[in-house]
This record gives sequence, C-alpha cells and structure tokens, in this order.
Amino acid sequence: MRPYILQGHTRPLNQVSFTREGDFLITCGKDSNVNLWWADNGERAGTFNGHNGAVWTTDTTYDTSVLMTGAGDSTVRLWDITNGDELFKFQFHEPCRAVKFNVGDTMAAISTDPFMDSVSAIRLVKIADDSSEQSGEVLASMTGPRGRITRILWTDLNKTLISTSEDGCVRRWDVETGKMIQEEQVHKATIGDMQMSVGGTHIITASADQSAKILDSQTLQELKTFSSQVPINSAALSPTHDHVLIGGGQEASKVTTTSDKAGHFEARFFHKIYKDEFANVSGHFGPINTVAFTPDGTGFASGGEEGYVRLHHFDADYFTGGN
Amino acid sequence: MLSVEEEKMFEGQPRGFPFGDFDIADVMLPDGDTMGIPSDDEEEEELIETETGLGHIVVVDNIPQVGAEKYDKLTKILSKIFSASGTIAENGLNHPVDQSTGLSKGFAFVEYENHDQARTARMALDGYQLDKNHKFIAILFDDLERLNDVPDEYQEPPQKPYEPATDLYNWMGDRRGRDQFAVRYGDETEVLFNDVAQQNPQKVKDRSFWTEAPFIQWSPQGTYLATVHMQGVAIWGGDDFRRIRRFSHKNAQRLAFSECEKFVYIYTDIPPEGRQPPRFALSVYEVTTGRKLRVFEGSQEDHAVGAARRPDGGMAYPAFKWSSSTDDGHAFLAVMRKNAISIYQAPEMTLLDKKSIKADGIQSFEWSPADPILCAYQEEQGNLPARVVLIRSPDREEVRAKNLFSVADVRMAWHPQGDYLAVRVEKWTKTKKSTTTNLELFSMREKNIPVDMLELPNKSEKISGLAWEPHGNRFALIHGSDPQRPSVSLYSMKDPKSGALGGVHHIHTVHNRSVSSLHWSPKGRFLLLAGLKQNGKLEWWDTHDEVSVVGAGEHLMATEVAWDPSGRYVVTSVTAVNQMENGYQVWSFCGQPLYKVSKDRFFGFVWRPRPECLLSKEKQKEISKNLKKYSKRFEEEDEKLLAAVDSELLAEREKMLSEWNSWKESRVEWAEKQKEGIKQLLGSKWVAPEEEYIVQEVEVSAIVDVREQKVESQ
Repeated sequence: MRPYILQGHTRPLNQVSFTREGDFLITCGKDSNVNLWWADNGERAGTFNGHNGAVWTTDTTYDTSVLMTGAGDSTVRLWDITNGDELFKFQFHEPCRAVKFNVGDTMAAISTDPFMDSVSAIRLVKIADDSSEQSGEVLASMTGPRGRITRILWTDLNKTLISTSEDGCVRRWDVETGKMIQEEQVHKATIGDMQMSVGGTHIITASADQSAKILDSQTLQELKTFSSQVPINSAALSPTHDHVLIGGGQEASKVTTTSDKAGHFEARFFHKIYKDEFANVSGHFGPINTVAFTPDGTGFASGGEEGYVRLHHFDADYFTGGN
Repeated sequence: MLSVEEEKMFEGQPRGFPFGDFDIADVMLPDGDTMGIPSDDEEEEELIETETGLGHIVVVDNIPQVGAEKYDKLTKILSKIFSASGTIAENGLNHPVDQSTGLSKGFAFVEYENHDQARTARMALDGYQLDKNHKFIAILFDDLERLNDVPDEYQEPPQKPYEPATDLYNWMGDRRGRDQFAVRYGDETEVLFNDVAQQNPQKVKDRSFWTEAPFIQWSPQGTYLATVHMQGVAIWGGDDFRRIRRFSHKNAQRLAFSECEKFVYIYTDIPPEGRQPPRFALSVYEVTTGRKLRVFEGSQEDHAVGAARRPDGGMAYPAFKWSSSTDDGHAFLAVMRKNAISIYQAPEMTLLDKKSIKADGIQSFEWSPADPILCAYQEEQGNLPARVVLIRSPDREEVRAKNLFSVADVRMAWHPQGDYLAVRVEKWTKTKKSTTTNLELFSMREKNIPVDMLELPNKSEKISGLAWEPHGNRFALIHGSDPQRPSVSLYSMKDPKSGALGGVHHIHTVHNRSVSSLHWSPKGRFLLLAGLKQNGKLEWWDTHDEVSVVGAGEHLMATEVAWDPSGRYVVTSVTAVNQMENGYQVWSFCGQPLYKVSKDRFFGFVWRPRPECLLSKEKQKEISKNLKKYSKRFEEEDEKLLAAVDSELLAEREKMLSEWNSWKESRVEWAEKQKEGIKQLLGSKWVAPEEEYIVQEVEVSAIVDVREQKVESQ
C-alpha cells in the first residue's frame, strides 16, 4: 500500500474530503489554498484561488458541481468545480470555520467564530439553483455556545443540525426555530472533527482529550469510545467495514524529543465494535489534522500538520484478511 | 485553572471563592457523616504542638538566690553565660526579685532573637554547672504549660484492647509465586501482583492520596510499604495493607530503612530562612516498637562534605547512610563531617567509642551491602596521598587501605553480596589537563583483601558505568571515548580457564552500543543493557558460558529499569520527568515484551523486595536440578489461566457485538425513512447509490500445527 504523497500545500492541512462519486479529493489548508486531485492517481486536477486566509473547510453539492469553502478571511465562497471559477462570495465579519450544504443543496449552514464583539454563530443561507441569482442574505443565525463551532452536520431530513464545539459539547439545533434542543458534554476538550456514518444513524467525534467517540445521531447517546495517548484531531468511519480511522498526534509544540515516534503521528485503525486497534499507518512527521475514507471504502487520505497529504489505496488483504 | 465546564458554571461571576453570599452551615457535613472518606486519625489525637508566640523565651531555674548587694553582679554573670549560646534580645533578660524578702527569686527568663537560638540555648544551659550547688535547669517557655499539666498523682493509662496482629508475610504465600509491585501515579498509589499468565497486573490494594510524596517505598525485605505525610511516616502491611505504625516527624520528606528493617530514619531538609543557613531534622525510630531513638537537628553545613555537598552549600541526600546489620541485631548509621566520619550504633544511637573517626579530607563513603564495613575516600592533603580506606564497625578498625596519587575523583561500587569492591579512580595526567580512568578491585573475601588494578587498553577511554553480577565473580563495564556510542565489556575475578580466584580477566567486549546503564538480573547470568534517557534501546545478554544476545527491544524514552526480585521479569518505565509516554512495560528475563500499562503522571515503579531465601544452598541446587518436576504444575496452571483469559475476551466481544447489533436494529426503521426522505428532497437529482462492492464473509481453514500423541489404552 504505497501511498501517493500530494504536495500541494505549504502549510498545515485543515480538511481532506472525497467527492460523493469518489473520483476527486479536495484538500484545504492554512496556506489559503484549495486543491482538487484525482483520487485514483493523485494528480492535481485544479486549484481554487481567491481566499486570503486559512481555508478551514470545504463541502460539495450532491451533484459535485459546486464547491463551498469557509475561510479565516471571513468569507465563504462558492466555486464552479468544473473550471475553478468563483461563483459567489458571502462576506462576514468573523472567520468562517464550518460549512455544510443541506440535503438537496437548497440551503447551507455556515459557522462563524467568536471575534471582536460577536459570539460564535451558525448562519443559514439560501443556495440558489442558478448562481447568478445567489444572494448574500442570511436567513437565520443561531448563537450561543462558547468557543468556536468546529463542525456542522445536517440530519433528520434537514430538520436539525448537529454541531461540535471547542468546549467539548455536541449540540442539536432545530432549524425551523433556530433553538438549541440538546446539549451534551461529550468530550473534555475541543472537538476537532465530526463525521457521519453512511446511513446517518451515527456520528464519530474526535477530540483533543485523546478520545474519539461514536454517538447515536438522534439521541447523542455515547455508543463507543476509542482512546489514544495523544490528542485526536480527526476520525472517520469506514463506509464498508466496521472500521474506524483516527488521526492525531502530540501537538507539534510539545514534541521535544528527536524521535518522531514519540509524537504518535500514525493513522490508526480501530475495530468499530471491539474497540481494538488493529493496524496503524505511519508516514506523517507531524500530527495528522484530518482523515477521510473514500466513499467506496477502498482507501483513505490523511492530511498532516507538516503540509503533506497521503493518499492510500488498500491492499487486497485488507478486504480478504477479515476483521 | 478552571476547566471548560467549571468556567461555564461560574460565567460572569468574579473570580475566587464566593464567600459573599454563602452560609457555612450549608456546606458543613452533619455529625458522623464522612462522605465515605475514611479518616486516618480514628485513633488517639496526637498532642498538638502549641505555639504561644513565646517560642524565643527560655526559662532558667536553680539560679542562686541573692540579696540586693550581689544582685547586679549575678545578673551580669548570667547575661554573659546566657549570651554565649545566642543573642539576647533587647531587654531580653528578666531576673525577678521577690519584693517581700529582697532576695532574687532564683529563676530567670531569657528572650533570644529567634526560636532556633532559644532551642540551642536551652540545650546548652540545661545542666550548666554554675557552682558546686547550682546546676541550671532550662526549659523552653512553650514547654512550661505542658509540664504544668502533668498530674502530680500517677495515673495508670487505660489498657488498650488486644488486636490480633496481621500476617505480615501473607504476600509471600501466593500459590502461583507471583511478585508484587507498587506504582505511584497522579494522586494514586497501587499495589499489584505481576500476573503474566493473565497478561495484566492484578490489583491488591489501591488508594488515592495514600502518600504525599511523589514516590512510594518498600522496606528492604518487603515487609512494609512506607508513605510520607506532613506529620511523619506511616508503614503499612499485611494482606489488607492496614497501617502498622506511625512515626511522627514534622514535614517528613524522605525516609531510609536499615537493611534489616529494624530501624528507620525520617529526614527533612529545612530551607534557609533569611540569613540562616539551611538546616535539617532527622528522627531515628525503631520500626517494631515505634520508639523514637534519636533526633538529629542542626545546620546542613556541618555534614555538607565532599560528595554530600550540594552546589548551594546544603547537604545532598542521603548524607546519612545505614550499614547492614550485625549478627547481634545492631546497625550503624554513618555521616561525614569535616575531616571525620561519625558512626552511630542503633538501637542505642550512641556515637561509637564516643568520638568520630578522624579522616582528613574525607570526600565520600559507602557501606558494604553485606558487612558493617565502610569504604571511605580521603582526598590528597598537601604531601599526603589520597587514600581509600575500609573501616569495620563496631571496632573501628582499618581493615585495608590503599594510597592513590594525583587523583581527580573516586567512585565506589560494592558487589551486591559484599564479595568485591570496585573503586573507579579518575587520575590526572602529567599535564593536569585531562584524566584517565582505572579500577582498583578489592577482593573482600580473600585473606588480607588483595587489590587488583585494571587499566583499560585504550587510555583515552572513560568508564561511565560499572555493575557487579549478583552472586557471581564478574562485572560489566561501560567504557569508551564517545559517550553516545560506548563499548560494553565483561570481566571476571576468576580465571575463566582454571577457575582459580584472583586477578582480573577480560571475557568479552562489544563496541558501539547505545547504552547508558547496565542492569544485572538479581540472580546473575542475565544482563540488560539499557539506553535510558536516550533512545530507550534495550539489549539482553545471557552470559552463562559464552556471551550471547538473547533479546532486544525498545521502550521509547524509558527512564528506569527494575528487575523483579526473582529475576524472572524486568520492567522498564517512563516516569513523569518526561511529559509523554508515561507508564511501564513488563518484559521477560530475556526481553520478550509481556504487557504494557500507560499512566499519566507516572512517578515510579517499585518491586516488593523479598527476604533472603531460607532454603539451604543444597536444597536450592536440588530444586533447580529437578526443575521439570516442579514446573509442570505451574505450566498447567498458566495454560488454564490463559485459556480462561481467552474465553473471557471472546465473551466480552460477543457481548459488544450483540449490543451493537441490537442498537443497529433499533435504528433500521429510522434509517429507512431517512433514505426515502432524502430521495424525495433530492428529486430528480437523486442517483441510486452504487452497489459495486459486496462484503462477503468467507471461511478459510488452515492447519496451524500437527502433533502426535500416544493415547494409552485403559
């Protein structure tokens, strides 16, 4: 399983994600770049240029025609994936950390950081079918939690949103009323990532408190906990196997020894049900900031603090070796 | 620092404890409610030391009673005597006169500048012979009240109800012969059995805040576990680890048992106050009775000599060192002074022959682990050469001495059974710009204690580590010119061919090893080379006939190594000196990794020592000859245990799987609705998910092992 090493970022990676069809990989990082890669051979297909700050997150529409990016330059932008043109720019006063299209791509949820006088907020915007009719109007703002909102997911057929925060809480919001309907202190430290299972029944959260947890997406009840010796920055659920992928590592500022082993910069595989670690893949020489499975479960990508993306395709024995 | 959730709780409130709108009665526990926290002080309340604030005052009694004509003269004399042992405060001398008789009352109050002076003065003045008829009685004013409270009539103390003693050796009767160890991490202290068959340690006892020190200590024979507290030291033992005894000593910091476990001292380093030099307090107790044998107090400077001197002028721990015990139950406590060494004999705690042993230029000393013999190093004094001298107690005889020239430094390493002593000598070269290292090897069991000298073939090499093989005649050395990649050599004090004792014989050398310390198995033969505080590289040697490497491993950032007393297992650990990787790893004697435990803020791992084996040498030999017979039972047991562990794990997995499946089942309906809903929401855009892959469960069988076994027909 020799990985492709993708060198398209000069600074730490913030998110890697595959498009729904699985043919493209989209990566974004602190260097304000957004890159589009062919998932099968790691060749770069294009870039999306325009942001002037760290790009924190990306999301694509169901038909993979439009890309949405949220960045530290206080803008969220829509791009034409086919040619890299910027279609629209939402201008805010605060850095934008998480973006997510709803099912059907009629709306998007955008989280903005607490900044100057503003508190953290989730903002809902309408997404026009035709981008020339797109407006920057914010339909609703949900405010409240302390600390940045790091990830948002739509669930329950666009009726509710689930958000994760730096205070370790997972919250559910009613989209209709804009009210918070549930709040659970799931982690003791910042939750860096949250990803949803294929059917939407459960989610996985990754936290700096050195654990990742699987929660029931409807009740937020804790189903499984995976622990590590180092902070976890990202966690992903395999679409095909009962496998969990976890990426993290000792914060770069705390790595004092010469050996890179001390930092635990491996991508680690756990059995989703038995919670045992059964494999790990080393290669990064800084903490892993983000991991993602390909939609068909035949590979994964990881993005590191050191600026490299590693794109892996599993060997045959991953599938035949059993669980 | 408040955690995130705590901060949220007090959001918008001022920092600090909210005393303003707060009624103390609301948070008081009702009488008898302990919140489930057992009190340590269920027994007698200890006498609380009262500080009346008059601690600087000494009362001196039995002063001659004189009339007015002699009063001034006497007061003058008194003031002279009193100020000899400290500075008297302004108007600090009160020598009262009885107005009715005109005579002085025969006692005086003296106020000194500080408490310490008052205490020294009290000691000096108590028993001071002024003239034939007048011997002073001096006490501290603070003690006056206490002494007044003593009833005039003798009252018999109430008899304590009999409590059956606990079996202190219970742990040694473990049927499976497991060894215990204690670990200290965070606020926790745990005692566990090293259970290799179950791949996990088995808890015997754990307690939060058991000790206030970041370490935990066993007594040398393993009978007691010692904990350190503000009020002193407590020792625990028996199957339930109940408290056996307490030894009071204010602000206790460290303790040291004598090898025989009969005596213990508790030590406190008192940091300097103002212009006062650092002081120390050391109490010696008898362990079995709890009797306080002696208290040493004083300035650290007195004993901060040579190797016991810290860069800041204080006394390095341990300056006081216990000897092994003699057959008649004595042990000796030795400490250096300037140009002398003082040896106290326990339990009397008197200075041997009432005087210290003169030792000009003494720099360091070490007791033999087996005999009451100490080795002291005296540095060069003018024309006198440096000396290494062996002194025996209690007769204080010099049993051997060796003169050495142009010495820069000396270090000593005793053989664990006291059979040999290695003295590592750093010598100046002629130019005095660099040093060379050689060894002086004392054979303690030979007549007249012969000394062999060993020089390394390459003179520029330094010796950075030496370890004697327990129960053997060999020692291993780390040496080399590059401290990062030194060589390791094995030498013997026995001729390897003829088997004759005497002389130093080279056996084996390997070059270029990343090793910083050497650790012999306590039973000898196996040697662990460890690169501690470097890369954590580990290498196991079997030195039985020919030296061979039997195992290798790595414990990243390991800081400590500890062999279990039986020599079956060895533990490497990473303590809190490193921020990460804290915890310990258990290995077999030849380097097989067995299990690993991670604990944050890990302070230490200590095996419970075992007392000397009571079986005769012949019996031990017989057992090792018929080992197969004995080991069968243990092997069978181990196998059974392993099988049990496996089936437990399987059952656990079974349970997890069924729990997960039933949860999944409960979500099926919801998931179906979602699928439908998503399809509707997407409308014409909806694409059926690709079902290109199939997850298929295939059973594969493979032959692991074929064994033939004869089955006897009945």
